[in-house]
Parts: sequence; structure tokens; C-alpha cells
Amino acid sequence: MISRRILVTGLSTYWGGRVAQALERERAVEAIVGVDVHDPTVELERTEYVRVGHQHALLRRIVQAAEIDTVVDTRLVVDSTTTPSRLAHENNVIGTMNILAACSGPESPVRKFVFKSSGHWYGCEQDDPAYFTEAMERPHPPRTPIEKDIVEAERAVHAYADATPRATVTVLRFCNGLGPTIATAHTRLFALPAVPAVFGFDPRYQFVHEDDIVGCLEFAVRNDLPGLYNCAGDGVLVLSEVVDLLGKPLLPILPPWGTSIATGLAGRLGIRIPPEMLQQLRFGRGLDNRRLKAAGYTYRYTTREAVQAHAEALRLRPLLRGGDAPYRYEREVEEFLRRSPTVRKRPEPRWAQEAEADVDALDGLDAAALIALLPSLPRPELEALGRHEAGNARRPEVLAAIGRNLARSRP
Amino acid sequence: MTVESSPRLPAARPRDPDDLRDYLPGVEPERQVTDWGRSERVEGALDATVSEFLYRYWFRVEVEGIENVPDAGGALLVSNHSGALPPDAPMIAKAIKEEHARPRPVHLTMEHFFKGYPLFSMLLPKVGGVPAHPANVHRLLFDEDQLVLVFPEGRKGSEKLYKDRYRLRRFGRGGFVESAMKAGRPIVPIAVVGAEEAAPIFAHLTVLQRLTGLLYVPLTPTFPHGGILGMFGYLPAKLRIRFLEPISTTQWGEEPWKDRALVQTVAEDIRGLIQEELYGMLAKRRSIWFG
Repeated sequence: MISRRILVTGLSTYWGGRVAQALERERAVEAIVGVDVHDPTVELERTEYVRVGHQHALLRRIVQAAEIDTVVDTRLVVDSTTTPSRLAHENNVIGTMNILAACSGPESPVRKFVFKSSGHWYGCEQDDPAYFTEAMERPHPPRTPIEKDIVEAERAVHAYADATPRATVTVLRFCNGLGPTIATAHTRLFALPAVPAVFGFDPRYQFVHEDDIVGCLEFAVRNDLPGLYNCAGDGVLVLSEVVDLLGKPLLPILPPWGTSIATGLAGRLGIRIPPEMLQQLRFGRGLDNRRLKAAGYTYRYTTREAVQAHAEALRLRPLLRGGDAPYRYEREVEEFLRRSPTVRKRPEPRWAQEAEADVDALDGLDAAALIALLPSLPRPELEALGRHEAGNARRPEVLAAIGRNLARSRP
Repeated sequence: MTVESSPRLPAARPRDPDDLRDYLPGVEPERQVTDWGRSERVEGALDATVSEFLYRYWFRVEVEGIENVPDAGGALLVSNHSGALPPDAPMIAKAIKEEHARPRPVHLTMEHFFKGYPLFSMLLPKVGGVPAHPANVHRLLFDEDQLVLVFPEGRKGSEKLYKDRYRLRRFGRGGFVESAMKAGRPIVPIAVVGAEEAAPIFAHLTVLQRLTGLLYVPLTPTFPHGGILGMFGYLPAKLRIRFLEPISTTQWGEEPWKDRALVQTVAEDIRGLIQEELYGMLAKRRSIWFG
């Protein structure tokens, strides 16, 4: 199924904003509607923002009116340091329930539901396997409020999938995210001058780069992937290796017994280690990412590369402080830009124009040189070049080579 | 820049949807730790010092039937188990490293207990320890084609008293047979003589066990009065390791692991095989210390 009219929930979250930005570049997508209670935090070109909570009656009216065929649910809170647990529960469990209710019913236009879940679903215990596969059950009942929420939210999504055979339901379970701009409990820990650890433990850690998180969500929108998929970078590091890549000392000061008392004290000092992370610092976790790879997704970063990217950003951060003013959403400005007849509509989205400009630069090359260059071009440029060549229709061998390269660079 | 260096695009889809071997993560040569947490550095340092000394001079290990360990492909090594801090596991791994025509790393399954106990949790994976979860064994045997060493007796073997030496305990619930059958990889039985005398246990100190939360705290010739170092106070018994002929696990047709009776029978047969071999080796042994 080709998604044309998409609803992104949790638009103001980091993920909602980034997914909307990524989907805006997609030509086949006619409309993107984003809902959230807070204003968007990133600049969006054509996404329509609607300020709405998770009242299912309102959401349902939006879904029906906009004839939404695909819902990307990026709202799940997986980090208890960012949200008080009562609000997190409200968002994770009640919110998911309401959004599913808004998408169900015999006359609902929704044909695809992509749910961003978390590796916390599997929990983190002493007798876990080294790699969780999608076929595995959660071995122990959830320990922390966040884990309980995730398990309950996913249960609702599975029930929706069972009850709604016409819709493709994809659940993506992400391991811990890492990258230059993402902020989680882990990135705050890694930003400290020395990284605290539990004495006597060196847990296995897996990360997925923030671009791959967006990439996986986008991949699930573009392709039909019914069922569960783990999303995690290739390779599992141990914490000492991670900290070494970050170029920081490892400080094993948390006692192996009475750890939660120690983290309570650390919390008073401003170093917040949430309970769901405590288990990870002890036992670690690995996800088997091969099912999504077999479905055709190619990860752009391994775990190690994600850590390196984060390390580079950490080193640059003090130099870039206060550089860019953060984006602020102003409803009137956005309305003006989208609706006013005075605004000159650009004929093409910005990225396509840039690609077109590059194409002109490439035009001077002869066929053989151009073909040699093709594998290094990103997909949008290849597409633009393909259109350009097809328009001129002078060199069939170049056109064929572009086709081959496009087939190879799976989106 | 960060594009995956060798995108794996298998020509044909795997026939079995559960067979995802083509999609295993690639090796990153810059890393010194494997995805299982095994550290080249730590393992190498230990191997060059302690293992080397114990193998050559202390236990003077003698190895027979090393050719029964396959050159390539996964195999499940199954051995008898003994000793408070069992010396058999590292010596079997060292034997394969030293004597085999194509030395291969051995992954040693360990109780989940160790993953939860400080220091053990950090150190054991560095030298090749893997928690004994069926999914871990399956991935190592089937997907990664590695050698996996299991002790089906588990802690029942290592905590048994000196008076019970060389009498094999129950072989678990046959889980190791099931794992090998599911992976379709052979089982190589191993008989080890000498480890019982190298680290004998005379009694168990239950009070200390409760206090420390360990699996057991044994009374050995050097522990607990020798302190932490006393744990490694092995007596210089002569160690003899015999690798027996591999047993194919594909000989019983399709999905043999579903037949519980067969699994139990095979497990019991392998236990009997190792027990017989041990009695044979013990009958020929003239001296505990000189072999």
C-alpha cells in the first residue's frame, strides 16, 4: 500500500518532528497532519499542525475529514526522567488506547498503523538471552512503571491489529537511541565528565543512531511490514568500550548492592538514573535486528558508529553553544506561509531544487564519466538526474545506469 | 562516511524465514571485544600467563582425540564437570587452542547466576563465558557456527564432594541435546580425568554461602583459609582430556527434539558414554599426580 495521507502523532516530540520532516520530502505523500498538545519544535514545510490531545472523538474527526490512510504513532515516552510517571502513563496507555480508537471502526480510512515501541518491552534481567528476537516472550513481569506502560500500550496495539485485518500494523521496538542531537537519560549520563557504572559489571549495550530511528519509521511507512520488528544497530558493545569511544573515564562507583539507594542520592545531586536504566547498567541488553534487515532495511550506522557520532557531537557542543536560535512555532507566521496568496509558492520542494541545480553541474560530463559517478549520488539526486536525462532522452545508457543505481539504493 | 562498508545483499532469499544467517552483523576490525563481550586483550593476557602455566607445568595436560573436534562449523562440546572453581573448562579451551590443527575459540556456557554477581559478571564474558540460555547456544551453534562447551551437570557437578568423584550427576533435562538437534550440529563428548583431584571439595560452608550470596562456598585444601587466592589453590594433579567421536544429531530425521523420550535417551546415552570412558581412563591411571 502506498501511503498518501499521513497522521503523525506526537509531532512536538523529537521523533514526531523528525519523521514529519522526512516524510515531507516524499513526493508521493499528499498530506501530513501532525497532532500534539505542544507546539512543534522543528521547522516544518507542509505538515499541518493541529493542537489536540488524545481525545479520540476529536482525533477520529481529523482522521475521517483528512482521509488519513497511515498513522505514525511516535508519542511513546520511554524515559522516566523526562516525564512524571503519572503523565507518562496517561500518554502511553490512555493515549495509545484513544488513538487506536480513533483509527478503528468499519468506515475508518486507516490502512496502516506504525507504532514506535521500545526495547524496554523485553525488560532486562539476569537470565535474559544475549539477543532478544521478536518471537520471544517477555520472560519476567515488568518491574518499572515505564516498562508496565510499554507492555500495556503494545498489548492494545496487538489487539487493534487482530481486530483490524484491513490495516497493516507495524510495531518497531527500538533499542537505546544515540546521535548528535538526541537527548535521553543515557546521553545525559554520557555528557558527565566521567561516566558512572555499577561496580563489578560491564553490561552489553546496543545503540541505534537517531537517523536510523527516523529511517526505520520511514521505511515502515514506505513498505508493508506487518508485525513486530526490533530496531538496533549492528554490533553490541560493552559499557567500558562505549565509554572508551566517548573518550571519558569509567567510574564504577555505584555499589552492586543497594544500587537504588545510591542512585537516589545521585538524583539529589542532579545525576538522574531512572529505574529502567538501572537494570541495563547491570545486565545490559541485546536485540536481534536481523528481521528488519531481511525485510530490506539497511542500517546506516552500526552501534559503534552511533557512539562515535555521539562522541564527535559531544566534543563540538561546548564550541557551538548558543550558535543557533532554537526554532519557535508561531501560528500566525505558519498560517501566513501556508495559506496567504502573497507567498510565492515554490514550484518544487527545496531539496528537489537543490538536486536540480546539481544536475546542471553534472550535465557537462560525458556518459562514461557520469556513469562512474552515479554510485556516489544520494537517492534524491539520482531521481532528479533520472528525470533530467529522461527529459532530454539523449543517452539511453546513462538512463539505464541510473535505473540500476536506483534499484540498488533501496530507500 | 558511515555507510555500511559491505552491504550484504544475498542473491536469493533464504528458504527458511527463520534462517537469518545472511544478516548477521559484520565484523568491525577496530573492535577488541566481540558482540558476546569477549575481550581479545583480557583473554590473551590470561592465556599467555595463568592458562599457559597451568596447562604446561601444573596440570601437564595430556590430550587425546583432538581430531574429533571439527575444523569448521558449529559443534557442542559436552564434558564432565568438577572442582570448586572448575579447572576443566579453561583447560579444554586451552587444549583446543594448543593442539588443534585449526585452533578455534570455545564459548563456555555458564550459569545465569554469574551474570548477576559483581566481578564474575564483568570478567567471565571477557574470557569466553556465555550465559547458558538455549537461545544463546542456538545462535552460537547454528547462526555463528562456533564451538560451545557445556557441562550438563552444571553446579551439581562442580559442587559435589570429593567422596563422590567421577560419579556423573544427572545430565540436566537434556536441554543440551535439544539445542544441538535444533541447530543440527554434532555433539562431541569429552572425558576429563584429574580435575576432581586438582580441586577437591571436602564440605560446604553454608553460613558463608548465605552471607556472600554465592552458589556455594566450599571447603578445599586452600579455601577459605587461603583467602581469595585460595580459590585458585589447585593441587598439581595430572590432567587428561579425551575428546570422543562426534555424534551426529541429524540422524534421527525431521525435528527430533519434539520427541522428549528420544532427547532423554540420547542425553542418558551420552552420560553413560562419558562415564564408561572415565572408568576406563581411571583404571589405567597409575598415579593421581603423574598420570
